[in-house]
Amino acid sequence: MAVGLPENVFLTKLDAAANWARSNSMWPMPFATACCGIELMATAASRHDLARFGAEVMRFSPRQCDLLIVAGRVVMKMLPVLQRIWLQMPEPKWCISMGACACSGGVFDTYAVVQGVDRFIPVDMYVPGCPPRPEQLIAAVMEMQAKVRRTGTIMGKEFMARDTPMGPEPFESEERYRIQDANLVQLGGFSAAMTQAGLNRGAGKNG
Amino acid sequence: MVELSVLQQKFGTELAENSFRDNRRVDVPAAKLFDLLSSLKSDHGFDMLIDLTAVDYLEYEGATDRFGVLYMLLNVTSGERLIVRTAVNLPDPKLPTVYSLWRGCDWLEREVFDMFGIVFEGHPDLRRILMPEEFTSFPLRKDYPLKGRGERHNFPVITRAGS
Repeated sequence: MAVGLPENVFLTKLDAAANWARSNSMWPMPFATACCGIELMATAASRHDLARFGAEVMRFSPRQCDLLIVAGRVVMKMLPVLQRIWLQMPEPKWCISMGACACSGGVFDTYAVVQGVDRFIPVDMYVPGCPPRPEQLIAAVMEMQAKVRRTGTIMGKEFMARDTPMGPEPFESEERYRIQDANLVQLGGFSAAMTQAGLNRGAGKNG
Repeated sequence: MVELSVLQQKFGTELAENSFRDNRRVDVPAAKLFDLLSSLKSDHGFDMLIDLTAVDYLEYEGATDRFGVLYMLLNVTSGERLIVRTAVNLPDPKLPTVYSLWRGCDWLEREVFDMFGIVFEGHPDLRRILMPEEFTSFPLRKDYPLKGRGERHNFPVITRAGS
């Protein structure tokens, strides 16, 4: 097959070309609710310079983003907002959960704080730390780029298989009993059906 | 400095005074609360409401009432401070609002209502201020579990396939 290609032409797959382009121009949506947001800002600032990885274009509209960075604790009043932002982002989209609070609730094991955003939105990358250093976030972004190059397709259909949230166990047994008790006393306005769904999710793993 | 005896002459001997370090505190029955506060403002110059908060005395040693509601007052001219405490009980914890005396009590009373379920009658806009509207409990009550009753997990799960 001696096809004479010029030296400045090479052949590739469209997916590979698209993934290369996507991975090098990740536009983050900064969902910064706490101190992790400060580290996120530091990561984007001159010293650590997220622009080296093509991810410096922080967009404050989810419509223009493809990488959601959840930086900080998310409380139950904020979670519907987070979910709406995730739904508003166009495909293909990815999510980094930054810091202990976003990953697991951190030290805030209280009535109002969601114990890990991965229970309610899909998460691709977890960054540990309280808060993580900018280097850790950069490492996560690079890891994210590798993942995009490895798995990304035009329709994002590789994510279809992931239909269950990953991460920690949804409920600890103690909490399950509290929910059961609450259901027994039948609080007015409390959505029993939703809790029931939560119970079923937890029951498979804990009970 | 406002003397307790002066207040007692006007509002009866149920008024008690106690103190902790530099804080003077006057206990008053809920029925006389508004009159006392209004007199403190107009006759004794306590023109600023510093803070308004509540305490749940459930299982507190020696406590007779369920909730204590505290009004921290400041006389801006003389710098004198005074804490007025009153008690309310279940099942119907109710107090008159002091909105007509200090406008600043607006959000403070909403917060106490949100966290303890104490209703301030006559408040112009008594809604929850911190918790979501659909929340049904009062989280700072001592009989409310620290980790909640599962409200924090009461959300739909969005999956990759579903978004």
